[in-house]
Amino acid sequence: MGMDFSTLRTLINRYCAGEENCVDTRTVYIGHKQPPPGTEAFIQQRFPDNRIVSSKYTFWNFIPKNMFEQFRRVANFYFLIIFLVQLIIDTPTSPITSGLPLFFVIIVTAIKQGYEDWLRHKADNSVNKCPVHVVEHGKVVRKQSRKLRVGDVVFVEEDEVFPCDLILLSSSRDDGTCYVTTASLDGESSHKTYHAVQDTKAYKTEEEVNCIHATIDCEQPQPDLYKFRGNINIYMGSEPVSRSLASQNLLLRGATLKNTQYIYGVAIYTGMETKMALNYQSKSQKRSAVEKSMNAYLVVYLCILISKAIINTAMKYVWQADPNRDEPFYNGKTETERQRHVLIRAFTDFLAFMVLFNYIIPVSMYVTVEMQKFLGSYFIMWDDEMFDEELRERAVVNTSDLNEELGQVEYVFTDKTGTLTENNMEFIECCVDGNVYVPHVICNGQVMPGASGIDMIDTSPGPDAREREELFFRALCLCHTVQVKEEETVDGIKHGIHQGKSSSFYISSSPDEVALVEGMKRLGFTYLRLKDGHMEILNREDEIERFELLEVLTFDSVRRRMSVIVRSSKGELYLFCKGADSSIFPRVISGKVEQVKARVERNAVEGLRTLCVAYRPLSTEQYEQVCHLLTRAKLEFQDQDKLVAEAYDLIERDLILLGATAVEDRLQEKAADTIESLHKAGMKVWVLTGDKMETAAATCYASKLFRRSTQILELTTKRTEEQSLHDVLFELSRTVLRHYGAMPRDTSSGLSGEYTDYGLIIDGATLSAVMRPSQEDSNSGNYKEIFLEICRNCSAVLCCRMAPLQKAQIVKMIKASKEHPITLAIGDGANDVSMILEAHVGIGIMGKEGRQAVRNSDYAIPKFKHLKKMLLVHGHYYYIRISELVQYFFYKNVCFIFPQFLYQFFCGFSQQPLYDTAYLTLYNISFTSLPILLYSLMEQHINMEILKKEPSLYRDIAKNSLLTWPIFIYWTVLGVYDAIVMFFGAYFLFDNTTFTSNGQMFGNWTFGTLVFTVLVFTVTFKLALDTHYWTWINHFVIWGSLVFFVVFSLLWGGIIWPFLNYQRMYYVFMQMLSSGPAWLSIILLITASLLPDVVKKVFWRSLWPTTTEQIQTKRRCLASEPSTIFMLSQTSSRISF
Amino acid sequence: MLASSYKDEDGHISVSGSGAAAAAGGGSLRNKKPENTAFKQQRLPAWQPILTAGTVLPAFFIIGLIFIPIGIGLYVTSNNIKEIEIDYTGVDMSSPCFNCSQNFSWNSTKSCTCSIPFQLDQPYESNVFMYYGLSNFYQNHRRYVKSRDDSQLNGNEESLRSPSKECEPYARHDNKPIAPCGAIANSMFNDTLELFYNDPNGTKVQVPLTATEIAWWTDKHVKFRNPGGEGSDLAAAFQGTTKPVNWRRPVYELDSDPNNNGFINEDFIVWMRTAALPTFRKLYRIIQRRNNLLPTLPRGNYTLEVVYNYPVRSFEGRKRMILSTISWMGGKNPFLGIAYITVGSICFLLGIVLLIIHHKYGNRNNGADVSH
Repeated sequence: MGMDFSTLRTLINRYCAGEENCVDTRTVYIGHKQPPPGTEAFIQQRFPDNRIVSSKYTFWNFIPKNMFEQFRRVANFYFLIIFLVQLIIDTPTSPITSGLPLFFVIIVTAIKQGYEDWLRHKADNSVNKCPVHVVEHGKVVRKQSRKLRVGDVVFVEEDEVFPCDLILLSSSRDDGTCYVTTASLDGESSHKTYHAVQDTKAYKTEEEVNCIHATIDCEQPQPDLYKFRGNINIYMGSEPVSRSLASQNLLLRGATLKNTQYIYGVAIYTGMETKMALNYQSKSQKRSAVEKSMNAYLVVYLCILISKAIINTAMKYVWQADPNRDEPFYNGKTETERQRHVLIRAFTDFLAFMVLFNYIIPVSMYVTVEMQKFLGSYFIMWDDEMFDEELRERAVVNTSDLNEELGQVEYVFTDKTGTLTENNMEFIECCVDGNVYVPHVICNGQVMPGASGIDMIDTSPGPDAREREELFFRALCLCHTVQVKEEETVDGIKHGIHQGKSSSFYISSSPDEVALVEGMKRLGFTYLRLKDGHMEILNREDEIERFELLEVLTFDSVRRRMSVIVRSSKGELYLFCKGADSSIFPRVISGKVEQVKARVERNAVEGLRTLCVAYRPLSTEQYEQVCHLLTRAKLEFQDQDKLVAEAYDLIERDLILLGATAVEDRLQEKAADTIESLHKAGMKVWVLTGDKMETAAATCYASKLFRRSTQILELTTKRTEEQSLHDVLFELSRTVLRHYGAMPRDTSSGLSGEYTDYGLIIDGATLSAVMRPSQEDSNSGNYKEIFLEICRNCSAVLCCRMAPLQKAQIVKMIKASKEHPITLAIGDGANDVSMILEAHVGIGIMGKEGRQAVRNSDYAIPKFKHLKKMLLVHGHYYYIRISELVQYFFYKNVCFIFPQFLYQFFCGFSQQPLYDTAYLTLYNISFTSLPILLYSLMEQHINMEILKKEPSLYRDIAKNSLLTWPIFIYWTVLGVYDAIVMFFGAYFLFDNTTFTSNGQMFGNWTFGTLVFTVLVFTVTFKLALDTHYWTWINHFVIWGSLVFFVVFSLLWGGIIWPFLNYQRMYYVFMQMLSSGPAWLSIILLITASLLPDVVKKVFWRSLWPTTTEQIQTKRRCLASEPSTIFMLSQTSSRISF
Repeated sequence: MLASSYKDEDGHISVSGSGAAAAAGGGSLRNKKPENTAFKQQRLPAWQPILTAGTVLPAFFIIGLIFIPIGIGLYVTSNNIKEIEIDYTGVDMSSPCFNCSQNFSWNSTKSCTCSIPFQLDQPYESNVFMYYGLSNFYQNHRRYVKSRDDSQLNGNEESLRSPSKECEPYARHDNKPIAPCGAIANSMFNDTLELFYNDPNGTKVQVPLTATEIAWWTDKHVKFRNPGGEGSDLAAAFQGTTKPVNWRRPVYELDSDPNNNGFINEDFIVWMRTAALPTFRKLYRIIQRRNNLLPTLPRGNYTLEVVYNYPVRSFEGRKRMILSTISWMGGKNPFLGIAYITVGSICFLLGIVLLIIHHKYGNRNNGADVSH
């Protein structure tokens, strides 16, 4: 094999992040023809077919697999166990009480998941069965896509999508090229040119293609879209020919053939091995931080539950050691009970205690949380302020699992183009030798060609200047890679462009180029088309000028410029070069550098994207030299990139500066305001873009991501070329840390203006170098750490030149860093999908680049500005609401179950329930469920407007602050306290005395009912105390559930229920209410239970108020001021002095 | 998702040129604008209370000022209640019931009686309630609590013949269904207590005891019913059933009064209401006030005559007889009064502390807000 294996290995290691299995090659026989004997024998590999599988279940494994998945959730499994225990052993409560809710939840979930999977099956099928054309025995045969195999020769027509990864053999074009858009892969909407293998490009019919006899050696599939190395061995002449293959020969699945009638290609990667499939990250279930806390709490409560059960079981057997206690004469056991082995009895007792206390972890909490999330997400969709008039779109919620995560975001990763900006480039001005030209009418394409459309700002140019000016315009018309979208009929083209009709338009990989060519059109020079290697321009005099396009020195991010070499009709040779100012100015030898530079800088400050244009006349000899250089570089295979770069460097020199252009990519409305708010809210904003550094930096300045005061740290290829990565990293970290150490952040003041913040700029290549896992050098292992350290201290980071997967890698890296921050990714294009899927919260913008981001996102919003309300208002509310919901649920169940635990000490540890079955079942389902559900839907502790105005309030809830262990413990202790108050309150009231005025006695059910009544009122009032936003719905639900409890109790005890085999609650509640002391003790116990919480709240608010509480108090003062004029006058008098 | 993303490649071209923009995304022009209602925009009018020192202060003082007098009232009321408790278990050798408690046997047909003299230091005005109390008796044990058949007790014929399995092992005896079945009924308290006033002139006057209205009215009239309907012959209705093992007489011979016999015997009903705690008392008899001028129980010496049937010493239980007057708040229980006074005082104190805090820090906060 012609390839250097070690190079390949390093290459693969570099891009596969050290995955072992891709260090291999595969051999593909084109058309399944064996190579002639005598060649190196390859081991035949098995390749998968071209089937795409995104579904999770099959018809057969659905029930077991789905059940398995569902019961893998701790909660579900727990409830299942409890249910089974209740079925098997004699337990204090009926199995229906826990079985019904559980099976309802399980079945609803299963139906939902089954339906979703059915949709996936349908989608898979439609893709797998869609017809493709394959050349078999010299004929084009239709096949289903899934039957495609590696080695098949595939025939693809224009506008069709490639069914798998193909090596381009030949195309309908004579030069063997074809155009492709890879928009659905990487979001680049340009037409890219791909090249057929040199030796096969002449085979243009199926018969001819069928004769191709060759094998392809290539690497095993890897996810990098832009990397491909392979070899083709052709055995058709007398000598086998070997040619190298690169990514320009590889057509990717998912890309679409454009502007080319048809192509033939050979399949090399199929099915789940295609680069698209490898880039596809499964939309794994995202779990919010709150859910994680909830699971942690669940484990704690599980431990509490088990220890309670163990304690009680142990106590029971200690207590029962005396047979007269175990079985006194009045309370005999049945014969079967007596004969049971003591261990079995102990175990059943343990289980019975578990069942008795199992309500401490209620099914209803999960149901309520789900309902809260589901219903709550409607408020996002309903939000009027997140509706965009222009797009007529409103926010979309794709998953409701993450509502509260919106309130926890620490890192925001945003795409630039289309997210921060409108993705709508507009030519603003150009400057030729210091003369500024601005097209009169900016929009509508109604500009008249000619001088009238040009606004001369500077002095009128002389004849020499006019020549320069026209050269500048021609340069811009020629130096680009813009294509003209051709019409169906060839005749229409010229006509169309000439008339400025909508029938034809420019297409390019860079919207800037389109804007420039468009701008030139408005200034009188219209680029018509590229025909037979000649570029045609319509000049101001409506004459067609033809330039022969000799060479294109394509753009790359390192050089940051591109050039063309053209020959005019008069035979003069020119090199036109256009690029970033930093890459042009050092190469300029003459021209009005100063004026242009000043203008460029002015424009850059305004956030415009600037480009400089220069030219160099070439003599014939020079041109020949150039050709020589280029051909030599291109023939070389080993270090092609390097040699080509060197050649370009030699060619693009001694330039004469012509001028500069300015293009604006308008920022989205309120983008800067949004970013500022996010910053104030304590979020770190990272811009991840595939764009080049200068443009991206300009946008960052415009969007206030970087401020004037921001100190920019650069970590770019340019810098790492000068110094080693190691040095650069250490230097930067020193800079950052020195400052950090010298000026410790003042936590109390929060927003200190003096604190100079840092901005980091890093590019894709450097980033991959930083993230590369260490191999030889032990030091390099902590590059990542140092890099993260730098990032932590930067308020804003700009990552440019990012590949889609790199975006995801960055998100992943931050996610995995030691603080485990919550990340949010926002983007509009298909290239953002990977990061949207990777981040904790993925937000799609309904932009111009298709709906793919929207479809893969968790939430979708019409515009970037809506992010502000989404996070600061909705996120904040949801977090507050759900954290209260979770804490409150655990609290109320501690209150509920702990008295039952205490009661065991007074009933001989016999698992006697304190409450009636109806109360046990309905407590969580109806008596206390609705108030908290409505609270968690309606609560607004602070007004929406204030939340928007004061983004710093977001910091109050950062880091899951309402669900920390101390707060959880506080709630639990409060619950235990309430339980003790309620139980012992009732205990002392009942203790060996009567409390009726007729001397009659109450029994154990009255005791339980008294505790339960206090319980229901206490937990409901506790919620009422926590409610800051009392709408009529809250009033209705809170008072309504209390009334419901009373009415239910009256009804439940008021009738002899014929279907029940016990009537223990008959008139118990009413008898209790007929007793004065019962009323008094209910009032007393409720007061005593609520007292500590009220005191804690008031004290904390007075002594250590949070920002939120300060604002609440302030608002209250303001609200009360008009009514209390006395206070007002007092305060105002105080202010005046 | 993968499959669907595969199909998506519509309109990703960076389109430029005049007039092509209008078509993009215009497919769904249905009105997606959300309704601008107060509910959907989360702008419902709302009362927004905040618990600050200022708002809570008056509440604390008010609670304090209300609770303390209530507490004092309750405490005084409780202290005015007269109550005497006489333990007649017979644990001590000196106790008159020692012999009875020692020689206990379920089979003995001869009943053992003992009499305990006691003295009332104060006259008991108004109605006096006579309780029997048991200690260390777990009527709230789960096995015990559920060991009954409410439908049998409600007079259901079917349940009478075949008692619920919850009654096991007290459901059947000698192949006959037990009526009333279950452990509760089986262990019914069967001591007979009688009270005699030792008149200073030497005569022993029996104090008349009322055995009615000691059970809940609803229990006696609704929840408990004899089989066979009202007025029929009870013995016939219970034909085919057998008495609980520990009982001496069948259920239809509990009382001579037909309205207090069978399942609706009030002593039985009282027993069937299981107590909440292992030390409990149950209402046994009521001593009605006869004469408005004389106290119900005048000061003096009394004798309690006990027909000692109920064994408690096996499980270290105690038996008591309690005489108590009743106020509107029930029997003697200082707890409620003390609790009210305590909570009220705490509230009052907290109110004072809060007042100080409010004075010191409230001003600071307000000042900070104003300068904000």
